[in-house]
Amino acid sequence: MPDLGLLRTTTFRVALLYLGLFLASVLVILGLIYWFTAGFIERQTDETIAAEIAGLREHYRQRRLPGLIEVVNARSATPRTSTLYLVASPTYAPLAGNLSAWPDAAPDPDGWVEFEIKDAPPTPDGRRHDARAVMFTLSGGYHLLVGRDTRERGQFQERVLISLAWALLLTIGLGAAGGVLISRNVMHRIDAINRTTRQIMSGALQERMAVKGSGDELDQLAGNLNAMLDQIEQLMVGMRQVSDSIAHDLRTPLTRLRSRLEITLVECSGEDEYRGAIQEAIGEADRLLGIFSALLSIAEAEAGTLQRSFHKVALADIARRIADLYEPAAEEAGLSLDSDIQAEPVVLGNQQLLAQAVANLLDNALKYSPTGGRVTLTVDGPDGSRGAFISVADGGPGIPADQRESVLRRFVRLESSRSSPGNGLGLSLVDAVARLHGARLEMDDNRPGLIVAIVFPRIGAG
Amino acid sequence: MKILVIEDDAQAAAYMVKGLRESGHVVDHAADGKDGLFMAGSENYDVLIVDRLLPGRDGLSLVEILRGAGTDTPVLFLSALGSVDDRVRGLRAGGDDYLTKPYAFSELLARVEALGRRKSAGAAATTRLQVADLEMDLLARRVRRGTKQIDLLPREFRLLEYLMRHAGNVVTRTMLLENVWDYHFDPQTNVIDVHVARLRQKIDRDFPTPMIHTVRGAGYTLRA
Repeated sequence: MPDLGLLRTTTFRVALLYLGLFLASVLVILGLIYWFTAGFIERQTDETIAAEIAGLREHYRQRRLPGLIEVVNARSATPRTSTLYLVASPTYAPLAGNLSAWPDAAPDPDGWVEFEIKDAPPTPDGRRHDARAVMFTLSGGYHLLVGRDTRERGQFQERVLISLAWALLLTIGLGAAGGVLISRNVMHRIDAINRTTRQIMSGALQERMAVKGSGDELDQLAGNLNAMLDQIEQLMVGMRQVSDSIAHDLRTPLTRLRSRLEITLVECSGEDEYRGAIQEAIGEADRLLGIFSALLSIAEAEAGTLQRSFHKVALADIARRIADLYEPAAEEAGLSLDSDIQAEPVVLGNQQLLAQAVANLLDNALKYSPTGGRVTLTVDGPDGSRGAFISVADGGPGIPADQRESVLRRFVRLESSRSSPGNGLGLSLVDAVARLHGARLEMDDNRPGLIVAIVFPRIGAG
Repeated sequence: MKILVIEDDAQAAAYMVKGLRESGHVVDHAADGKDGLFMAGSENYDVLIVDRLLPGRDGLSLVEILRGAGTDTPVLFLSALGSVDDRVRGLRAGGDDYLTKPYAFSELLARVEALGRRKSAGAAATTRLQVADLEMDLLARRVRRGTKQIDLLPREFRLLEYLMRHAGNVVTRTMLLENVWDYHFDPQTNVIDVHVARLRQKIDRDFPTPMIHTVRGAGYTLRA
């Protein structure tokens, strides 16, 4: 990827933002440093001048102009002093002090003035002599100037400023370089993710994102993408199985239907024969429609949209009503259907679907139980170890433990039950309904037979 | 009976109209909601059959408008949407019954006739039902046939009550499941047949003329 792309990446923009924030804070810190150093010196200059003025004012009060001139002369004579003094006549002719002429700069309202010292010998590097002073007008029109040579102070401030500027430049350089490095590293990994994604989109479905193992956000992103891809792959495998099964399971009855109708056309003669053939055809079509509506019910339960229509459902009521519906059919099959209602749990759910799920379990129990057997419908819980549940137990052949997962898949029928009628969708629907309700489907050995329980999550008792 | 079919699918409508006419009903057909609304409002029908998905509008809104205008003709909804939710919404919008496509014609006919009877019977609360020599006292929850007292389980009583209220009409297994047990799915086991068989044992045994008859491919009917 060219470096031009770097400027457009989010990562780099984030790096820039950080750099900006970093710079802003560095600027604040540098400003403080400047204020504490250069500013401190400046304030000191002013304080020194103020102290000088206070001293001179004392002399002037006690001994008027002559005393002032004397003190000024004495102080000006101090070698290498950086304090400036000048006493001048009303016409600004110098009377005493170490300045040769009254500066022509105008003072600000507070009396402070900044000016250039004209008669000072120029420094080797051609630096100007700057001074800062206060001017007073004394009684009788005499003038007094007290100030300080600010040349050294200026040099110092300049040095501070230069070093601060360097610090700033260094900060920008380091920050930018760091930002670029970090963003390039991150971008490199995102680029790898994008590349892999494109490969997957172009058909390499088994490809997965590389995970560094550091557990950072990018690793988590890659991990989540991989998990998502796994899930999609599973769904696709499932879909393929379903469509294969549909194709297979629907083709058989459709073929049968078609060949029957064909034979009818060729062989039938009397109206009664036609009638019989048509009735058979209708029966076959009904079975096909049954498969479709079962598939649709499963799809509906799996879509989860029904959760909007959930309300409080008493499991015991469902058990009583469905037992009422199935009892005669069970008796007819030579079985006894017992309801064992231990508690009256209330769950959130869809009454129709739950009833349909229990009905499917009873259909199975009736279908596979040998004559003289017993089918038990149990409602219990919730108690300490288990949520509320509704279960159906029979005395049939049961389902081997290693096949309990697979019977939940659509159209799966165990070899042992191939001969009995059914479309292999009953338990799939029960499973889909259970999952819609956030419930678990538990299968157990009834020794002999099968127990299937729909175990609900624990909710606040309604 | 006079029936209005509001259905946009020409083939489905033709099939329905033909079948209903052969069963002795007078049938009108409207191909869209606008015509349907006009006809339903201007003529006096015994039953309306309304498709949920009409061009440009939902059959639900059409029935809501009719109900709002004071038309209380019984309505049977037809829909390709068979979910529990859709059924509830259909009945809430003022429908009296709901049938999911694809349906067996016998099922449609049985339901239409049940609806038509409901209208003519009116909403008068009866305390006694009688069909020939079979009597049901709804208050005392007692059933007699001729001079013989017949003991029924609560569910058998409800089943017989429904059959008697629709005496002379075909009632399908689905109608019984929906109206007696309030279930809207088809069990794989023939549970309804067993219930009816048991009821028949109690009602028809010891009597020369059976009252509960099986209608092949459709359901059951109770008649003298």
